[in-house]
Amino acid sequence: MNTRRLQRLTWSLIRGMIVISICFVILRPVLTKLASSFMTEWDIWDQTVRWVPRSFSLENYRAMFEFMRYPQAALNSLLFSFTIATAQLVSCTIVGYGFARFRFRGSSFLFGLVIFTLLVPPQIIVLPLYLNFRFFTIWGLLPEPGLDLIGTFWPFVLMALSATGLKNGLFIYILRQFFKNMPKSLEEAAYIDGAGSFKTFLTVMLPGAIPALVIVFLFAFVWQWNDYFFTSIFMRNGTMLAHTLDIAAESYAHAMGTTLTGQYISLLNNTGMLMFIAPLLLLYAVMQRYFVESVERTGIIG
Amino acid sequence: MKNPKKLRLSLRRREELLGYLFTLPFTVGFVLMFLYPFIQSIIFSLSHLEISATGYNLLSVGLKNYHQALFINADYPRHLFETVVAMVRDVPLILIFSFFAAILLNQKFRGRLLARVIFFLPVILGADIILQMESADYMTALLDGTVDQQMLGFVSRGELRELLMHLKLPDVLLLYIIQGSERLAEIIRASGIQILIFLAGLQSIPDSLYEVAEIEGATGWEKFWKITLPLLSPLILTCVIYSIVDFFTSPTNPLVAFIDSHAFGGAGYGVSMAMSWVYFLLVAVVLGVVGAILSRRVFYMD
Repeated sequence: MNTRRLQRLTWSLIRGMIVISICFVILRPVLTKLASSFMTEWDIWDQTVRWVPRSFSLENYRAMFEFMRYPQAALNSLLFSFTIATAQLVSCTIVGYGFARFRFRGSSFLFGLVIFTLLVPPQIIVLPLYLNFRFFTIWGLLPEPGLDLIGTFWPFVLMALSATGLKNGLFIYILRQFFKNMPKSLEEAAYIDGAGSFKTFLTVMLPGAIPALVIVFLFAFVWQWNDYFFTSIFMRNGTMLAHTLDIAAESYAHAMGTTLTGQYISLLNNTGMLMFIAPLLLLYAVMQRYFVESVERTGIIG
Repeated sequence: MKNPKKLRLSLRRREELLGYLFTLPFTVGFVLMFLYPFIQSIIFSLSHLEISATGYNLLSVGLKNYHQALFINADYPRHLFETVVAMVRDVPLILIFSFFAAILLNQKFRGRLLARVIFFLPVILGADIILQMESADYMTALLDGTVDQQMLGFVSRGELRELLMHLKLPDVLLLYIIQGSERLAEIIRASGIQILIFLAGLQSIPDSLYEVAEIEGATGWEKFWKITLPLLSPLILTCVIYSIVDFFTSPTNPLVAFIDSHAFGGAGYGVSMAMSWVYFLLVAVVLGVVGAILSRRVFYMD
């Protein structure tokens, strides 16, 4: 009996060490940013400074706040990500429910196409998509040059509403899986009580699917916030946080009329990156308990 | 109630109709936002493309772009080869790590919620722009570099190497593990979603199976090989496919960056489309082979 307890104790010690080590590796980039954000250039040259700066300063934050145009850009990113994520959530939920609950000819073929959209690298379709939006004729309805949608929200809105936005195939998959696992008797009871298909979907199925909806919304929001590939192509002079972060250090140097050392640019960039991820960390901190619990209950299972 | 057979038929038809209706957003989106550009990209890869203010012109050039990409461009074939090698090298590590991490996070210990929150953090923090900036960042190299030389969590690299030497592993495996440990941070970062999938799967295994096994006198080792692994095998397939796709489409993948720089850098859209297509076909072949090998070993309970 004693050896058994000893065994268990040893394992929990080893497990603790492993978990803490991995957490440290994951948190290290954040710690790096945090440490460098308070440094001045002197601290870089000071050989005794590693993580904790000697001349503590908020100058990096001030500079990046101004040159990332932080309040405006963060608000833009927030509104944009929120709108697109909501649109994606609505369309993917409807489609996912359709795949989960109705049997129709060609449904498994159509679902295969959902998975197919996930497997194709976005590089393949991004250039034709760009041209379609640059000369937008509603696929032949308008006369030739058409509308120029580049630089607007419309490409993203159209893709989100038609469930073909960023990783939407994954969302359809998750939601279909979740709806499939919900007991059928719920709907049957609603049908017997005289509710139609749409009413049943809205009042019975949706409230029961909240854990899955939370996960999908969080993913959609975060991936939209983080996206640089599509936004940099469809909105070249965008004022989203990812864009202003990319050029902030450069425009700071330009405004100062000097060239900055690579080291100082690195401090600025680290501060900027921290300010970029801070809202996401905040969102995650607020939703984490819900998120982690949802993971357990949704069972994103193949 | 006059004719039950007719009623059932119309119900069946109604269900079909609703199925088409609910999945309509995706059907429309797939045709307009995916299939149409997808076919256009095939045509583009066989053409010389010129973009002007009023539209774009296509001039058919046959297979010239493919010839250019594969036989004239000095870097493309090398990048292609290196990407596949890197994929074969990293995906098993990602898989083993995420499987292991999910088993750890499924056990009961103090601080489990916090550990889960941190383990899922890479899903939130993996923005393209952040990864790109970090890869060229001075402070990241400085601070992470010094940490890396000193330790991997608690065990120093030298100690790890010595320990592995004592185990008398074959040289190839030894080298693989050591090199893998050097990229531990990258591996962990790429594992977020996979951990989620495995964790959800672990929680769906009924406790009764383990209880029965315990009564029959099975050891932890046996329970792992006879219960956990077979029941999770469908998810292993899902995770392998996800990891491969994720690896191939990641913006930090040098080949993706290389193709992007060709598309919008002026070296010719046609050539970049041809490069994308060769790449995509390669990805498709890899997925096909891996899927065919693994799906034969997958165990389904029902």
